[in-house]
Amino acid sequence: MRYIQGALLLLILCAFGAQAEVREVYDFETRAEEQRYQNLIAELRCPKCQNQNIADSNAPISKDMRDQVYRLMKNGATNDEIVGDLVGRFGEFVQYKPPVDRRTILLWAFPAIAVIGGVLIVIGVAVRSGRRDQDESALSPEEQARVRKMLAEKDQSPRD
Amino acid sequence: MKRLLLFLPLVIAVSLGIFLAAGIGKDPTKLESARIGKPVPAFSLESLNNSTQLLNETVLKGEVALLNVWAEWCPSCWDEHEYLMRLSKEKGVRIVGLNYKDQRETAFSFLDRLGNPYDEIIFDPKGSLGFDLGVYGAPETFVIDADGIVRYRHVGVVNQRVWEEVLQPVIQKAKGNS
Repeated sequence: MRYIQGALLLLILCAFGAQAEVREVYDFETRAEEQRYQNLIAELRCPKCQNQNIADSNAPISKDMRDQVYRLMKNGATNDEIVGDLVGRFGEFVQYKPPVDRRTILLWAFPAIAVIGGVLIVIGVAVRSGRRDQDESALSPEEQARVRKMLAEKDQSPRD
Repeated sequence: MKRLLLFLPLVIAVSLGIFLAAGIGKDPTKLESARIGKPVPAFSLESLNNSTQLLNETVLKGEVALLNVWAEWCPSCWDEHEYLMRLSKEKGVRIVGLNYKDQRETAFSFLDRLGNPYDEIIFDPKGSLGFDLGVYGAPETFVIDADGIVRYRHVGVVNQRVWEEVLQPVIQKAKGNS
């Protein structure tokens, strides 16, 4: 019985081992450095798998890119230099955050344009409907006279 | 003026439709190479056929050539190989092979079965030149001009249609300029 228990335990442990992802291990001197590495690989995009960052992707190309990020970090490269290096190889596509320049200015400015445009439309509609309300409430003197007459007639008419 | 404003939703819908329709059929997995217009990165790698011979970027100079990235493990490379053979044998195109993340034995067995269309084969088992070139999946085919400048990168299989519509015009242009 005890052997069976032991064997079962071993099996369970093996299952855990099989589930653990095989990932390369990098050494970092400080916690901050490791955090910087994690941030970098989280914002670089895998060119092969398209909708994954290189931190999540198991594609061989992502591993190569992680190696390169690590190597450049060890050589003392700044974040911009590291991203620039990979963009130089694989193109703008690998950056999840595109740089702000002439080609991307519309992309970056669009949310602001949409919000400002929406606010302007709302203000326009509100101002217009406000003006219409005023116009309609203001009856001309003749109309006011007619209204008074009609009301007076109604009061005088016999009730049944 | 008010009348015209009523057509605004229609105009918006039509322009959005045109904008979105333009994207249909476009393969998002094909990325433009960042290396176009730049020289082939410097390298020093063994020749596949001869491990004592080191090749460098000068093998891609002197004549417009295709640089074909291939490996035995890559299924699409098997597909395109027959057409590469035709390009090399019938059309006399210079093709330099880049054997990418492969092993010598498997690479040889591949060439034994399908033939060898390559003038030279660069053996890149670690994929270092591939990485410098921005290769993210074999097969990829680069057009390199006589000065060793990358003119074009095609991702995926090379077949007759790709050759006629894409690669041949680029090669003609590269030949004209240099």
